[in-house]
Amino acid sequence: MKKIWLIIKREYLTRVRNKTFILSTILTPLLFVGLITAVTFISVKNVDQETVAVVDETNLFNGKIENAKAITFSFPQGVDSTNYQQKGFSGVLYVPTDSNNKYRLISKKQFGMIAEDNLEDRINAAMENKMLKNTYNIDMQSLDSARKSAARAQVEQAYYEGGTIKKGNSGLAYGIGYGSGFLIYITLFIYGTMVMRGVMEEKTNRIAEVVVSSVKPFQLMIGKIVGIGAVGLTQLLLWIVLIIGLSTAAGAIFSQETLQQASEATRQIPSGSAAVANGAAGKWAEIQETLGSANWFLIVGCFLFYFLFGYLFYASLFAAVGSSVNEDPQDAQSLLLPITMPIIIAIIIMINAITNPSGSLATWSSMIPFFSPIVMMARIPFGVPGTVPYWQLLLSMVLLVIGFLGTTWVSAKIYRTGILMYGKKVTWKEMWKWAFRKY
Amino acid sequence: MQLLELKNLKKYYATQKAVDDISFSLKEGSIFGLLGPNGAGKTTLLRMITGIFFPDEGEIIFNGKKFNPLNDNLFIGYMPEERGLYKKMKIGEQALYLAQLKGLGYADAMEKTKYWFKRLEMETWWNKKVEDLSKGMSQKLQFVITVLHQPRLIILDEPFSGLDPVNANLIKDEIYHLAKGGATIIFSTHRMEQVEEICDHIVLMNQGKKILDGTVQNIKQEFKENLFSIQLNETPDEINSDVFDLIKRFDHKLTVKIKEGYNSNDVLKYFLQQQGIIESFNEILPSLNEIFIKLVEGTKNSRQFVKVS
Repeated sequence: MKKIWLIIKREYLTRVRNKTFILSTILTPLLFVGLITAVTFISVKNVDQETVAVVDETNLFNGKIENAKAITFSFPQGVDSTNYQQKGFSGVLYVPTDSNNKYRLISKKQFGMIAEDNLEDRINAAMENKMLKNTYNIDMQSLDSARKSAARAQVEQAYYEGGTIKKGNSGLAYGIGYGSGFLIYITLFIYGTMVMRGVMEEKTNRIAEVVVSSVKPFQLMIGKIVGIGAVGLTQLLLWIVLIIGLSTAAGAIFSQETLQQASEATRQIPSGSAAVANGAAGKWAEIQETLGSANWFLIVGCFLFYFLFGYLFYASLFAAVGSSVNEDPQDAQSLLLPITMPIIIAIIIMINAITNPSGSLATWSSMIPFFSPIVMMARIPFGVPGTVPYWQLLLSMVLLVIGFLGTTWVSAKIYRTGILMYGKKVTWKEMWKWAFRKY
Repeated sequence: MQLLELKNLKKYYATQKAVDDISFSLKEGSIFGLLGPNGAGKTTLLRMITGIFFPDEGEIIFNGKKFNPLNDNLFIGYMPEERGLYKKMKIGEQALYLAQLKGLGYADAMEKTKYWFKRLEMETWWNKKVEDLSKGMSQKLQFVITVLHQPRLIILDEPFSGLDPVNANLIKDEIYHLAKGGATIIFSTHRMEQVEEICDHIVLMNQGKKILDGTVQNIKQEFKENLFSIQLNETPDEINSDVFDLIKRFDHKLTVKIKEGYNSNDVLKYFLQQQGIIESFNEILPSLNEIFIKLVEGTKNSRQFVKVS
């Protein structure tokens, strides 16, 4: 035990003291928060005010279209497509004289998506108002007050948990599930590869032979895996602390109103690449509103569990591959494939499962240790025991721990042989033989 | 007192009998040479002695008890043929770490590391990294790491490769010093001149089997071919004798092979009766190199892969 501890300490300290590690630990959250801040800032500040001159020959609108956030309408005389710019308008809108409803907007530059949506919304609203008034002879004022009193519907999800009603928020659950599933996916790769490289380094430097004359190969492998796992945990916790700290600081720059605006701006954009970037900014504002509805204690606990055991489950496999590789890193690629495949499949299942967290694909694959760290993390934010019954969570955890013991046992046998084997290229068939021979 | 006894050790790989029934024993405080051509099974044998491999069959007795790698490896120092160190780790920390892995406490490890660094004039290396060292320097470091924890059995696989003569002598002196202090040393090499100089006792391996075992002197006696060299101030033109055959003549120096049933006195008698004055007369013993080549010759240069049933 004392020797394993020494190995863990060395693995941990040499990595944590590394300059690259320190830089990436500090810079990643800075970049992350910086990017979101920048996007939010730009999307809020960048909504141009457009003024549109309306040419309404048939007097369809009676000289009135309500102004929208990004667009001001006016009905000046003597403005047409030749002189609107001199008169200080950014565009001129021709109201059709026939009934084909084709409005023509002439402007020098393309209106942004927000402005265009606003434009259509307002025209439709004005048309609707006019029709209601003309056809049914409804008084505008009573219409307005009727609209105001009939506020827009807002679905509030709620479910019972332990006798108390809990508010649910599927958007937030989606965000957390997606985020943590993805984070586990990425960290599995980062730290798994780190383990593999560490083992390869020891093998190619031939230090392995010196060390295994002092300790058992299994101790060396476990020490390395635990040491790097501790590095991963350190990095993750620092990231979380830094991201929360930095985003609180960044949040202070914006007023609540601006954030609201950003979030609204997002909702109005139907799709497109801008939506993703903007979506993050919008989600942020949204999340701040609804953070309270998530069971953070459970989610963070489960995340740490699945992060740790998912890492342990895969790390020993990465170690086994590292021990079988010779100097040529090309060999690693082909040997790695059977390990990276399940991780990639898991992320594909996760993307599917998050839209249907109680579906049979989601349920079953969150039991299988190869996929459970990623898939189960996507399901948990939707509610325990609502979406994920306790027995499923427990079974998934137990299976993952058993799986971890299994992969470690198999990997240790491959590792023991591989670490001292030089020269020839190892095949999966041979690794299989190393793993299951008796002695 | 025998420090190490190997009894019928066997280790078979899928296509090789790497070590095939090897037995020998080592006296405490002796310097022992394990010789053999490439691929003879030396490294496999050494790995079994260090506890890295388990023998398929046979027994290792260390210090009078059955060898237990977990407890006994504190008493063994192993320097593998392929040198291995962490390239990015500071040298002082590295030595400390490896000493602690052997089982030394921190303070003890620190004290011994400092002692050896001072002894071999390596104090200024402490905060350097291995990648900053030359090959010879890292060789020296590797040696220090091997002997740091005062092992009773020191196994050195090709310890002088890559060292300049000054540093090689330095390491050689350290090896003598350690042996004098009671440590037993196993040398594995195919550089015969070093073995002749250093080792008390050698074992020659080929194709996984032991083909020679004994002290250097005994082995040389065993393989001598009754060759003598004589130097005269003037040599007769005709040399004809029933006692010996003339093998070589170079200027006034002759090499003769004494025939069965005669001895060196008979040769001297012959030359005393001749005109010239004998300036020197001595026996030519075969070098280990010659013995080695003679024994290994005839077997295939490289080991063949065979099916091991």
